This record gives sequence, C-alpha cells and structure tokens, in this order.
Amino acid sequence: MSHHIVEVKNLRFTYPDGTAALQSISFRINHGESVALVGANGAGKSTLLLHLNGYLSPSEGTVRIGDLPLNKDTLKDVRKTVGMVFQDSDDQLFMSKVYDDVAFGPLNLGLPSEEVNSRVIAALKKVDVEHLKNRPPYKLSGGQKKRAAIASVLSMNPSILVMDEPTAGLDPRSRRQLINLLHGFEHTKIIATHDLDMVTDLCDRTIIIHDGKVLGDGSTSDIFSDMELLNAGHLERPLRMQSCPICSKTTSKINVNKCQTAELQN
Amino acid sequence: MANIENGICDIGCLDRMADHNSIIHKLDARSKVLTTILFIIMVVSTNKYEIAGLVPFTLMPIILIALADFPFSFFLHKLILVSPFVLFVAIFNPFFDQAPLCKLGHFTISGGWVSFLSIILRFCLTVTAALVLIASTGFPQVCRALEQLGVPKVFTIQLLFLYRYIFVLLEEGTRMIRSHNLRSFGRKIHLRVYKHLAGNLLLRTLDRANRIHMAMLCRGFDGEIRSLNTDKFNRSDYIFTITTCSLVVIFRLVNLPQFAGTLFIRLF
Repeated sequence: MSHHIVEVKNLRFTYPDGTAALQSISFRINHGESVALVGANGAGKSTLLLHLNGYLSPSEGTVRIGDLPLNKDTLKDVRKTVGMVFQDSDDQLFMSKVYDDVAFGPLNLGLPSEEVNSRVIAALKKVDVEHLKNRPPYKLSGGQKKRAAIASVLSMNPSILVMDEPTAGLDPRSRRQLINLLHGFEHTKIIATHDLDMVTDLCDRTIIIHDGKVLGDGSTSDIFSDMELLNAGHLERPLRMQSCPICSKTTSKINVNKCQTAELQN
Repeated sequence: MANIENGICDIGCLDRMADHNSIIHKLDARSKVLTTILFIIMVVSTNKYEIAGLVPFTLMPIILIALADFPFSFFLHKLILVSPFVLFVAIFNPFFDQAPLCKLGHFTISGGWVSFLSIILRFCLTVTAALVLIASTGFPQVCRALEQLGVPKVFTIQLLFLYRYIFVLLEEGTRMIRSHNLRSFGRKIHLRVYKHLAGNLLLRTLDRANRIHMAMLCRGFDGEIRSLNTDKFNRSDYIFTITTCSLVVIFRLVNLPQFAGTLFIRLF
C-alpha cells in the first residue's frame, strides 16, 4: 500500500521575512502508522504540517505522499488523500450548518448528491454527532466542534489524517472521548501536539522537532525514557510516566501514609 | 461591553426563531424574499406626505407575525432599539418644511411634521418586514434564496461568511475590551488605545481569514461554494407570492383609507 506513505526529504523552508522555520527535515511514515510530532513552541511543527498538504511549498527538498511527489499538478489528489484537522475548529467549520460543512468537501469532489448525503451521514455517525447536523457551528461546545471538524475531513475519505493540537482546549472528558475515537481510526495519523500523555495513548512513534530540525525519531517509549533528549527538545516526560508527586518528595513513613490516604480518598 | 454581549444574544435569538415550524416558516425562502422586497419598494415609493395610505401596509407584518407565532414585543423592542437613527434623519423635517399642510381644529399642522411621521411609519414598516423575513426564514436560507434569484455569488458568499464569523469576531472583540476594562479602573477607552484595539482586531481577522481560506483549500475549494439543492417551489408558495404581491400593489395604487372615507361620506 505504497499510496499511504508520507516521505519528507531534506525539507527546508524559509518564510518571506527571512525566518528559517525548517532546516533539512527528513522522515518516512508508513501506511497505518500513528506518529506524534512534538517540540517546543515555534519549533516548526505547524509549518511542517502545512507542507504535508501543499499549502506551503518547500524552499528546498521534497515531500511525497504515496506515489505522488507534491507539486502543483498533484495538489488536488494530495489534498484528497491528506485530511487536515486544524487547531481552531472555528477556522474549519465555515458554513452555517454542520451538515453543509461536512458536505463541502464531497461536493467539491463533484460526487452525486446521494453519495454526498451518505458520506456526510456516515462521517457524522462515525464521530457521534449526527444529531447536531442542523445546528450552526457557533452553538456547539468545544468538544462537539472538534468532532464536527473531524467529520468534515472524514467525509472526503482521506487515507492520512494530519492534526494540529487536537486535544487543545478540551475538557478532560471530551479529551478522553476524542482519544478513544482516534484510537478506533485505521488511518495513518500524524499528530502535532504538546499533550504527551495523549501521545503515549495513541502513537507508537514520536518525532521531536527542535529549531526546525529532527532532534529525535523513534518509538514513543524509547523517546520518553531518554531524559537528555527530552530536555534538549524543551519537553518533559508525560505526567503519568513521572513518579507520584507525594511519594517522590521523601520516602519517610509519614509521607507514604499520606499518599495512601490520598489514594483511598480518590 | 454588556451591549456587545447582548448583541450576540440578539442575533442568536433571530436564529432560534427561524427554527420554529409555522405555515410562514414552511414557505420557500424565495417567495418570502420576493414579497418582502416588493413590500419595501412599495412602502418607500409612496408620496412624502403620505400617512393614511401607509396604514393598510401595517396589516402585512402584523398578519405574518401572528401566523408565524412570534412575540410582538420582540419586534417592538428591536424597533425602539434602532429608532434613534431614523429620528436623527427625520427630526430636521419639521424645522425646514414649515408650510402649513392641514388644519386639525385650531391647530395648523406643517408639512414637516407630516413627512416626519411618514418617515417614522415607513421605517417601522420596512424594518419589521426585514426582521420578519429573517426570523421566519433564517439568514443562510435568505442568502441562498437571493442566489437562486440571480444575485451574484460574490455577494451571497460574502453575506454568508459575514454571518458565520460575526459571532467569532464579536467574541474576540468582547474579550479585548474586557481585558482593557479590567486594567483601566473605570476610565473610558482613550482614542489612542482604540486605534490599537481596532488595528489588532483587524490583524487577527486577516490571520483568521487566511486560516479559513487554507481550510477551504484543503477540502477542494475552487472558488465556488456548492450546496445540495433540495428546495422546491410548491403550490402554496405560488399562492402566497401572488396574493401578497397583488395585495401590496393594490395598497400602493389605491389609497384605501381615503376611498373608504369618501364612500362613507357619499352613503350618509
């Protein structure tokens, strides 16, 4: 299934104002992989994502999506393959009804109306928001908006999902529901995030970006146990891999007791 | 600040009203748009001293509001809210136009006062008609109807986006003003600060517009917004359009109150 491969080779990008956002980035993501892109603010994650669907074109280097090198002629096909979920759902839900938003992509693909309708309903069902189809987007909660935004991408049947900070701004339950939802998807997933706990749940592989370069690329468990690497990338271990804040301060008997009582109360 | 927040609430209120399910709501948006446009043209085109001739027109919005099961108070409230604008426009008429027009007992009424009243009445009629249209149809449907009636897509798409993002923009503006108020200790916004707030909001809007465009491109946008067209112009729509349009034209051509008056005098 070569058409689900994402290959980036020696990618460089400099913004018109002279900021070198990406400096020689290379990686290859295979079909069905779930990969996290992590790194400090301004490391270049979002810029990199914008290259994956051809919104920005590299100053140097190449991006290949499946069998196609990304260029002007292949842009349409690439955008059909790569579904992009933006950080702010308000940017993505631009129509006046959720249904119209989810139908926007399929209609642009020129599909017949029955097919559009069935795709829209299927996408809405998949993310569990079918009951919201006639609502205007501004009346949805953050979690609902995010689901609707994902549905608007799913309706185009992409094989690769690219997401920018999917859990940002969600309450803990919505976040958990979203993680469970994404877990069920078979798409190749590329997720840029600061939510390292989600990464441990969802992604087998993690790429650390720092100052526009790949600082580390490997299995999530290896990356998160390398403290030196995490420090260099302005990151820290996911909270659940850190030790209990109460026990770790001191090993005295009193504190151990305190921790046990706290656990019991929870 | 509270005013801006109330404003957001009001637009949402019109949206909720569009979700009702009355006879008026069920009509095709095009029939309502057409009759409303004709109604407004007919009302506006009357003679500047006309008052009696405008009275029959009030029937239209009143009947529509009643059939759509809307609260009258909502529309009254909206009229009062926007009335300062029209008062400002009309208030000079009584001063400039002092020629006596008619006598009521011992009082002589100047043309200015009559045209003043006429403007207010026309304003009430047209604004209510437009509000009833949007409240019974919904803004996006009005835009689609306009497009189907031949208004260029550039305008209808602009209107749709304006409506979609006015909430986001108002929220952003409200947040900025709130953060200003929290640190200004009761002082009003200085003109210099205003300049920065407005500039900032503009830049943010441009950024957002860029991101929205990006999101649209990602889903295959090529300059045209397509929609699944399921609207049908039924028999009830034809009946509604033809009856209301002909009534409105009759109201305009025949001065019904005057006609009734002369009839009354002749009979007795």
